[in-house]
Amino acid sequence: MSAVQEALPAVRSSRDATVRRFALTDSIFHGMTRAAAILVLVLLGGVAISLVAGSWQALSTFGFSFLTSESWNPVTEKFGALAPIYGTIITSAIAILIAVPLGIGIAIFLTELCPRPLRRPIGMAVELLAGIPSIIYGIWGLFVLAPFLQTTVQPFIISVFHGIPGLNGLFAGPPYGIGLLTSAMILAIMILPFITSITKDVFDTVPSVLKESAYGIGCTTWEVTRRVVIPYTRIGIMGGVMLALGRALGETMAVTFVIGNAHRISTSLFAPATTISATIANEFTEAVGDLYTSSLVALGLILFVITFLILAIARYMLMRIDARTGA
Amino acid sequence: MSTAASLHQSRKRKNGVMMTLCVIAAGIGLAWLALILGALLYKGLAGVSLSVFTEMTPPPGDAGGLLNAIYGSIVMTIIGIIVGTPIGVLAGTYMAEYGRFSKLTTVVRFINDILLSAPSIIIGLFVYELMVRPMGHFSAIAGAVALAILVIPVVVRTTEDMLNLVPNALREAGTAIGAPRWVVIRSVAYRAALSGIVTGILLAIARISGETAPLLFTALNNQFWSSNLNAPMASLPVTIFQFALSPYEEWQQLAWTGALIITLTVLALSIFARSLTGRREDK
Repeated sequence: MSAVQEALPAVRSSRDATVRRFALTDSIFHGMTRAAAILVLVLLGGVAISLVAGSWQALSTFGFSFLTSESWNPVTEKFGALAPIYGTIITSAIAILIAVPLGIGIAIFLTELCPRPLRRPIGMAVELLAGIPSIIYGIWGLFVLAPFLQTTVQPFIISVFHGIPGLNGLFAGPPYGIGLLTSAMILAIMILPFITSITKDVFDTVPSVLKESAYGIGCTTWEVTRRVVIPYTRIGIMGGVMLALGRALGETMAVTFVIGNAHRISTSLFAPATTISATIANEFTEAVGDLYTSSLVALGLILFVITFLILAIARYMLMRIDARTGA
Repeated sequence: MSTAASLHQSRKRKNGVMMTLCVIAAGIGLAWLALILGALLYKGLAGVSLSVFTEMTPPPGDAGGLLNAIYGSIVMTIIGIIVGTPIGVLAGTYMAEYGRFSKLTTVVRFINDILLSAPSIIIGLFVYELMVRPMGHFSAIAGAVALAILVIPVVVRTTEDMLNLVPNALREAGTAIGAPRWVVIRSVAYRAALSGIVTGILLAIARISGETAPLLFTALNNQFWSSNLNAPMASLPVTIFQFALSPYEEWQQLAWTGALIITLTVLALSIFARSLTGRREDK
């Protein structure tokens, strides 16, 4: 009895020490995880600050005209971002026009038509396309797609549209193979898997009861898709398209191979052009002089702002559909 | 009656047309994948030989291999993963465990999703301003940091998702026997979510092993063997970029072979990663 009483304070103090140690290590771990989470915020903030700091010289030299000037002359040090901005927007827009119908079609095929045993393998194959690094698309575009377009497709299109006013400017020769349209096609292949897998995912969120009741009153598969599935998932599809647009706008390597890196705005889709990311990738290491480098960083800042806005809208839309399925 | 029948016919016809278009779309998608992989295999395999893995990148017009580029890619990928993974796992842990319902988590999740799809060339510019400019020269370590920044959002996302899937009853059981929170996280939650977190890390490796843009002006490139982390280092994607755009046939061949190596690595990693989560779902 007395032995136990003698031991009690020792036990109690060792227990207190253990609890204190637990509390200490727990708060250390808590602090570490919190710091890591905050670091993610700091990273994005750091990106924004460093881009603004790096582009300050160019922006203060050229002011607003940086956005509206087409000239890009390293010799006279006159820089304007209009041509790369134009190229970026045109290539991405055409890519979206090609990839969205294809992506939605594949998603409908996978959710409604495909025989069950094939669903997983085909879905996986499309998603594997998303994992292929962009440089592979670039090298394929340069050595396979561009020569094919140059020798076969473009001469044909140019001859067909030659006499048609309005369209002949859009498809004016000579057929280089590389240029706006080739870049847009490569971008379309690249973003197709994103659109497909997101569309497929949001299609899967449609309650079966809704589809079954439409089938029950005699709707065809297309009518169910058009009148029930697509309206129900509209926000999600829009979100997926915006996400893909964000990718297309910022995509660098695939475009750099096949865009031609020409700083001019041309109405022909066959003409070589440039995009923001391709300009940076091509010229950054060769840029001589602070103003040149700063102008390239300023291009990066413009790209960052555009993609940030697009991606923020995309995430907001996808969050809304998540909230609905969660509820 | 006849109008009803013709309406039925036209609806069926429309359905047939639209569904055929969907099948064609799927056909185009798959054919495109087959075309790219086919060209890659055809052109890449032509240049596969032992010397690709044992010799350095050659000067123009000479035979050689890709050894220094492969080595550089592996080194920078490993450093990128070592730096990026702990940060990503810890941040994901905060979002799923300590701060599951906090405002910070909502903000971090939003920002992380944006970082996940941000153009990688922007990350390259950031690291250039952050490290290359102050240090005054390009270096492998700057390249590795750029890759680490790309790793973080992927790992954060999967870690959070996977920890959220761990049933709360497991955590409560751990807490009920007196384990402090971080012990519960370490010995219960991490263990339950392990395969998912590993999948995230594998996907991150797959992503950065093919990244070119962030390395262009951080690690630059190097014609020679270099294991100095403070100096420019060759990497497979940047070498492919340089060689593919060159007029020399030997270089272009090496670019194709390098592209094949990268693609097979990335495909193998993503298939392996998917098989890990697939097994988990079956259970």
